[in-house]
This record gives sequence, C-alpha cells and structure tokens, in this order.
Amino acid sequence: MKQRILGLSKFVYLAVYLLIMVFPLYWIVITSLKPQKDIFSFPLKYWPERFTLDNYVHIFKISKFHIYIGNSLLVAITSAVVVLVIAILSAYVLARFKFRGHRQIMLAFFATQMLPGFVALAPLYLMMSSMNLINNRFSLVLMYTVILIPFSTIMLRGFFQRIPASLEEAAMIDGCSRWSALVRIIIPVMLPGIASTFIFAFVQNWNELFLAVMFIDNDALKTLPVAMNSFILKFDVDWGAMSAGAVLSIIPTILLFAFAQRFIVEGLTQGAEKG
Amino acid sequence: MRKQRVFILSGLIPALLLVLAFTYYPFVKGIVMAFQEYKLFDLRSVHFVGLDNFKAAFNDPKFIMALQNSGYWVFFSLILQFLFGLTLALLLKKQFRGRGVYQGFVFYSWALSGFLIGMIWKWMFNSQIGVINDILLHLGLIHERIGFLSDPKWAMISVIIANVWYGVAFFAIMLLAALQSVPSELYEAAVMDGASSFRKLWNVTLPYIMPTIIATTLLRAIWIFNDPTIIYGLTNGGPAGSTHILSSLMLDKIIYGGDYGAASAIGIIMIIILLFYTIFFLSVTKAEKAGDF
Repeated sequence: MKQRILGLSKFVYLAVYLLIMVFPLYWIVITSLKPQKDIFSFPLKYWPERFTLDNYVHIFKISKFHIYIGNSLLVAITSAVVVLVIAILSAYVLARFKFRGHRQIMLAFFATQMLPGFVALAPLYLMMSSMNLINNRFSLVLMYTVILIPFSTIMLRGFFQRIPASLEEAAMIDGCSRWSALVRIIIPVMLPGIASTFIFAFVQNWNELFLAVMFIDNDALKTLPVAMNSFILKFDVDWGAMSAGAVLSIIPTILLFAFAQRFIVEGLTQGAEKG
Repeated sequence: MRKQRVFILSGLIPALLLVLAFTYYPFVKGIVMAFQEYKLFDLRSVHFVGLDNFKAAFNDPKFIMALQNSGYWVFFSLILQFLFGLTLALLLKKQFRGRGVYQGFVFYSWALSGFLIGMIWKWMFNSQIGVINDILLHLGLIHERIGFLSDPKWAMISVIIANVWYGVAFFAIMLLAALQSVPSELYEAAVMDGASSFRKLWNVTLPYIMPTIIATTLLRAIWIFNDPTIIYGLTNGGPAGSTHILSSLMLDKIIYGGDYGAASAIGIIMIIILLFYTIFFLSVTKAEKAGDF
C-alpha cells in the first residue's frame, strides 16, 4: 500500500513537472498559429478553433527574416567550426602534457567562466570600431570563437583524458607523427565528444544576443536574436509576429537538442567532473 | 624533446593568443575604465576621476536596489533550482519506460536562449491577456488580474519564477549524473543495516554526491549572478528599475546609456562580491570536497 502511494505521488509529481516544462513552448507555438484577432480575444483559446500560418507569412513580409536566418546560420556554424579546430589542439595538449604554466593556463580558462564578462563589452566595442569591424559579421565570428575557446577546451580535455594515451603511442611507434596520430587515430574515437562540443558551440552562438546588438545595427547583417530584439522595441504589441519569430528561432536548437541530448549531457557532466 | 615543445606551443598558441587579446585585454581595459570618466558620446573628454564612479554608484538608489535584487535573485533562484533539480534527479534515477523521452521534454530549456525564454514568459505574464492570469482566474486562486511585470511588488518574483523554470534542468542533469555514479554496494550495506529510504538518502546518497552539489552550486550561483539575459528579455529592469540586478544595470548603462565608466564601476563591484562569495563558500564547505575544479 505504502509502495503504491509512493509510486502514485512520484507519477503525479513527474506529470505536473512535465506540464510546467512543456506548457510555455506549447503556448508560444499555439499563439503563433492563431489568427491575429483570436490572439487578443476572450475567452483565451487553449486549442485554437482555426489554425493559420498568417503570422509566419507576415513576419517574412514585414522584415528580412530569411536574411536574419542566413546570418545566424553563417555566424554560428563558421565560429563553431573554428572553435572546434582551435580547442581540439589546446585540449589535446592540456590533456596529454605536463609543462610549466599548465596550471596557470587551466586557471585562466576557468576564470573566464566565472568573471562578469560584460566588463569587457565596452572595450570590445571600442576595439571593434577601431578595427572597422562594426557592422561586419566577422566581428561576431571572431568573438563567438574567443568566448567558446575556454569552455570547449575544458570539455574536450575531459574527453581526451578518457582515451588511453597508449592508443596514439602505439601509432607513433609504428612511425606516425603526433599530428597524424591525433588526426587519424584519436579524433575518430572522439567523434561523439566532438559532435557534442560542436552542437553546444552552435547553440551558444545561435542564441547570443548582446555582442550582436553592440556590433551590428545594419538590418541586412542582423542575426536572429538582434532582429527579435528590435521587433520587441518596434512592434511590442504584435505578439502574432513575435511568437512566429520566436518559434522559428527555437526550432533549430530544439532539433539539435533532441538529436544530441544524450551526447551533450554526457559531455557536460563528464567534462565538468574531470575539470 | 624539442619536437614535443614545438607541438605544445603550436597547439596552445592560437587559443591563448585569442583569449588574451579578446578576453583578458578588454577585461583589464574595462577595469581601468571604472576609474575614468568614459562616455561613448563624449570620447574626447575621457579622463581619470579616481573613485567618482563608485561614489556615484552608491549614491544612486537604482544601484542600491539592483544590489539588493541581485541578492534575492541569486538566493531564491539557486535554492529553488537546486531543490526541484534534486527532486527531479532522484525521481529519474531509476530506469523506467519512457525515461529518455521524458528527460528530453524536461531538459530542453537550457538549449533555448534566456532572451527568448524571457520573451515567452513576458507573453504568458501579460496582465491583460496573459495565460497565467487566465489559468489562476479559472482555478479561483485570484479574483482580479495581477500585473506580474508591471506591479513592482510582483515583478521581481515573476522574473525569479522564469529563471527557476530555466535553470532546474542544469541542476537535474548534473545531479542525475552524480546519482548514477553512486556504487550500489553502498545501498546494499545500508539495506542490510535496515535503513529507511529517507536514511539512505541522508546518510548514503547525499554525502556521496556532496562534491558535485558543492561544485554545481558554486558555479551556478556565479552564473546566475552574472547573467542578465532573462531579465533583459522579460522586463529590461522595469518597472522603474525595480527588477534590475547588478549585471542587467551594467548592461543597460553600456547599451543604452553609453556610460562606460559607470558600467565598469558596477562590474568591479561585482568582481569584488564574487571574490568574497567564492572565498566564503569554499571555506564553509571545505574546498577539498569540491574536487579539483
């Protein structure tokens, strides 16, 4: 009897929690599919009587939404690839070698995760403008890469540490150089870890708002978050268009998350545990 | 040996150079700015002013409010995220049919941007047509609509609710991983001694995962303290500055005020608070337990 009550209360708790987690997403999707006048009429419809894609059509009409999507993809993917190349190297070195300064470098990388990064925001703006990189998507690629280097290095280092060094040592005895052992032997074994780091980086870049707001105000160069930010300032009451924009911005990250949840969770926890 | 040194250097140099040039260099510059009059719209009159920016901050009621709010924001977000995260992790520890799918549906929040989450909750908290008011009215819990974001009494509570919703997943993920690493022999021993499930939790599980709890709480508190994104999306500090925390106030001064000196002073105050917090936290929890972070 006691077992049954316990089991039932566990079930109820998990069900309520699920409802609370899913409802906001459900609500924004439902809002985006309602005709404009149903969004603002009483009583609220928890299941719309009519579905429409008008809000989606509308948002492409009132803004260059396809261009924002393109910009976001370009910046997020480019930077995630560059981060991966740089961080694989630094993580490998930090996982396999002990040398003077090793501890300090790890500490410097950890510290970037703890310090309030916005202290650097104003100076970065001035640096970018002196290099003529304001309103240039390269500034975003550069900064997103820099921001993700420490975390990706820490995470990938955790993955490297789980691969026995004997693997590449054997290859090196067979005449491989360290470079080719890394590329041919180690990286293929690490693919799940690399994929999860890539997806983590992509999602961070895709979502980043404040640097993009500072560096970009040319409409043709805006990324999705910047565009959504100016929507809020411009059409604060047009929740039809905004919900459609929000849903479109969320879709890629949700898909990637669904696809890679297991790997990322593994990577995050193991990367953090190994520190 | 020489070859190895070349390899180490060439592996580290790109990462180190970029982080030094575009994180640490601007960061140090930002710290210097705190002692300067530095306004974006008046760049020709940049000059050192000693501690004026700090004096101005402490004389500004908005800053004092943000300082207080930061305390509430971190404390309540952290406690609630931890409690819900721990409960969830305990309930998800045992394998059951559909657990993987369930995790997907409750853990997805961290893949979204805080800004969009802020927006979605802003829509749900809306005082006229917001769905939360509608549900509470239907349930008979309230009799008139609440201005969740427009009433200063409610606004801070509202942003904290959204933040808790956002961050439970992080704790749940970390704690679940830790729970799954508890060796089952420990439980077997406890069962032999006739321990109740509560005692098992208290005497076996919690002590075993304590290092993860400590490390996660420490990190999470710092991230919550530093991250203004949800507040920016939900209220942008409003109404009348009543939901600003230190980081959102600093951001506001940079993006909308162009007052870099004042913003940097807030940043330095944040760094000092973080330093004290970390030292205090590690000394009460005994640093060695927190693992080799």
